[in-house]
Amino acid sequence: MKEFVIISGKGGTGKTTLTASFIALEQNQIIVDCDVDASDLHLILKPEIKIKEKFIAGKTAVIDEKLCIKCGKCIECCRFNAIKDFKVYDIFCEGCSFCYHVCPVNAINMKDKFSAFWFYSNTRYGKMFHASLKPGEENSGKLISLIREQARNKALKDEKDLIIIDGPPGTSCPVISSITGVNLVLVVIEPTCSSLHDFKRVYELVCLFKIKILVCINKWDISKELTKNIEEYCLSNNIEIVGKIPFDKSIIKSLLNGKTVVEEYNNELTQTIKDMWIKIKKYLNNKGGKG
Amino acid sequence: MIITVASGKGGTGKTTISVNLALSLNNVQLLDCDVEEPNCDLFIKSNIIEKKDVFTLVPEINKEKCIFCKKCTQLCEYNAIVVLEDKSFLIKEMCHGCGVCSYFCPEHAIIEQKKHIGVIEKGEKLGLQIITGKLDIGEVMAPFVIKEVKKNINKNQINILDASPGTSCSVVASIIDTDYVILVTEPTPFGLHDLQLAVDLLRSMNILFGVVVNKSDIGDNKVFDYCEKENISILLTIPFKKEISQYYAQGISMVESNSSYKEMFKNLYEKILKQIGNK
Amino acid sequence: MKLAITSDGIDLDAIVSSRFGRAKNFIIVNIDTMDFKCVENIQSINSVSGAGIQAAQIVANEKVDVVITGNCGPKAFKVLESANIKLIVNAGGSIKELIEKYKNGELKITEMPNVKGHWI
Repeated sequence: MKEFVIISGKGGTGKTTLTASFIALEQNQIIVDCDVDASDLHLILKPEIKIKEKFIAGKTAVIDEKLCIKCGKCIECCRFNAIKDFKVYDIFCEGCSFCYHVCPVNAINMKDKFSAFWFYSNTRYGKMFHASLKPGEENSGKLISLIREQARNKALKDEKDLIIIDGPPGTSCPVISSITGVNLVLVVIEPTCSSLHDFKRVYELVCLFKIKILVCINKWDISKELTKNIEEYCLSNNIEIVGKIPFDKSIIKSLLNGKTVVEEYNNELTQTIKDMWIKIKKYLNNKGGKG
Repeated sequence: MIITVASGKGGTGKTTISVNLALSLNNVQLLDCDVEEPNCDLFIKSNIIEKKDVFTLVPEINKEKCIFCKKCTQLCEYNAIVVLEDKSFLIKEMCHGCGVCSYFCPEHAIIEQKKHIGVIEKGEKLGLQIITGKLDIGEVMAPFVIKEVKKNINKNQINILDASPGTSCSVVASIIDTDYVILVTEPTPFGLHDLQLAVDLLRSMNILFGVVVNKSDIGDNKVFDYCEKENISILLTIPFKKEISQYYAQGISMVESNSSYKEMFKNLYEKILKQIGNK
Repeated sequence: MKLAITSDGIDLDAIVSSRFGRAKNFIIVNIDTMDFKCVENIQSINSVSGAGIQAAQIVANEKVDVVITGNCGPKAFKVLESANIKLIVNAGGSIKELIEKYKNGELKITEMPNVKGHWI
C-alpha cells in the first residue's frame, strides 16, 4: 500500500484541481483531503457522507466569573495570551492547564475543545476521508493525522494499493502531518517568483523527511523565463519535473461544472495530465520509497 | 490604522493587493504576517536594515536535581515528559512550551532554554518600511512569530498586514485587533467556498470587512450574487489580464509596471475609510 | 517474569488487542505464578495525543519485563526502551495462548517499532 501526497507551498497553484484529475484517472483508491482549513476537493468529488464525527482538539480553560477574584495570576502565567480581562479566548487557548493549576480559588476549569468535524464518505472514485475545521481553530496537524490513520486502516481492510492525499498549502504543522510517512510527494508550482520562493522552503521541509519529491509546473507559459528558472533549480537539485501544464482558461469551466478536467475534456491538456500520471505511477510502483 | 488583507483560498491575489496598496499610499508600512511563505518583499525588494531572531522556551531537566517525583508528567497535558523509576526525559516534539513543568517542579530541576523559531526582518525601499516574519522550516508556532511581527505596528501610520490564506489560528493571529479586513477572492467554486468560510470567521470576530474580486472575469457570477445577498461590500474588481500575471510572475507589482494603477488602489482605500466612517 | 499484554478484555481468555497506546486494558501476568491483574489504560485513551507515551509509562510503573501487543509506534517504543522493557509486536490470539508461546520461546522480541508515528 502506497501513500502519495500533492502539495504546493504557495496556495492557488492548481494543486487540488490536478489532484482531482489524478483521482479520476486512478479510479479506485482511498482519497484523503488534508486541506482541512479550507478544503475544496469535495466541490469536485461531491462526497456522500456516511460517517460524521466530532474532533476534540484538546482542552480549553473556562473561568467562572462568580469565583474569580481577579488576582491576575492566570494572565501572568499564560504563554499564549489567551486570557484578556479575565476571560479566556478559546481561539488562543492551547489547553495547557497552567491557569487551572495556578488559580488560588479554583475558579478555572478545563473543558473539551471541539474544533472540527471529520467525515468518511463515498465518492464516484473511491472512499474519501476529509474534515472541516471550524473557522479560527488551531490547525495543529492532529486532525490530519487522524484522517490519515483512518484512511490507512481502511486501505488495509479493503486491500487498496493507493492512498492519494490532497495536501494543504504552507510549510508548517498541517503540511508536516500530511507528508510524514508517505512514499512520494508531488509539488505543484506555478512560474512566479512567489511560487518558486515558496517551493524552495517546501523542498527544504520535504528533504528533512527524506521523501522522494517530484515537480509539476502549472500555467507554465505565463512566464517562460520563470519556468526556465524552475527547471534550472530542479536540475541542479536532481528533482524530476514530471509535467508542464499550459495556462488554460477552460480548466475553470470544468470546475464550474463540478467535474475534473479529465472528465470534461479529451485534448492535448488532458493528455499531458495522463502522461504525468503514468510517470507518477511508475515511481509509486517501482521506485516509490524514501530517498 | 490597521488594514489586514486575507483570503479564504490561497492564490487569489492577497499579496498583490497588500503590496500595491502599500505602494500607492503615503505614510504607510507593510507587515508580512504570512510567516510560513512570506512573499511581499519579493515585490518590494527592500534593503534589509535590521534582523531580529525569535525564540520560544523549551524545558530541560537537570538530571542531578530530579527526584522522579512525577509532578511534571502529571501536569503535562501533552505527554511531553516521561518519568520512570530512575530516569526522566523530554519528548521535545510533543512540547507546547507552556511552562507548567518548570513552574511547579518542587526541586527547581527544570530550566527553560531558548529555541530559535524564526526571524523578523525590517527592510526599507523609497520611504516604505516593510517588516517580514519568517518561520523556521519545520517549526510549527506560526502565531508566535506573527505576534512578533505585529509588535512593529505603528499607530501613527497606515499599517497594511498581509495574512496567510485560510481561516486557521495563524490567520486569527494576523487579524485580531485589526480595524478592517480586505478579503480577496476569485469568482470560482473554490474561491466562493473559501470566501464563505472566511466571512464566517470575520463575523464571529465582529470585524469590519469588504471584498476584492480578483481575476473577476474568469469564472461565474456566484461570488457576486453571494456578496449581494449577504450585503457584503465589493470594494474592487480586477479583471484578469495576462500582462498583470506575467509581471506578477517576474516579481513586478502592478503599480510598478504602470503607475496609473495607483489611482485604483487609492480609491480602494477611500472606500474603506468611508465604510469605517459609516459604521 | 512479568508480561503486559494489551487487551480489550479483562482476563486470560481475552484476545490481545492491536493497539498499544489506545488499548483498553493491560493484562499484567506473572508467568511464574500465573497470577494476573487487569490495569485500565483510561488515561491514555483520554489523551488527545501521546497516548503511546502515556501507556508506556503506565506499563513501566507496573515493573513489567515484556510487553506483547499488535502495533507500537516510535515514541512509545522509546519510553519502553528507556525503562528496559522488551517488546513483542504483531501478536494475535488469546492471552493464554500467547503466554504459552512465550514460554516455549516461539515469540520474537522486536528491535524497533513496527508502525509509523503520528506527528503531534
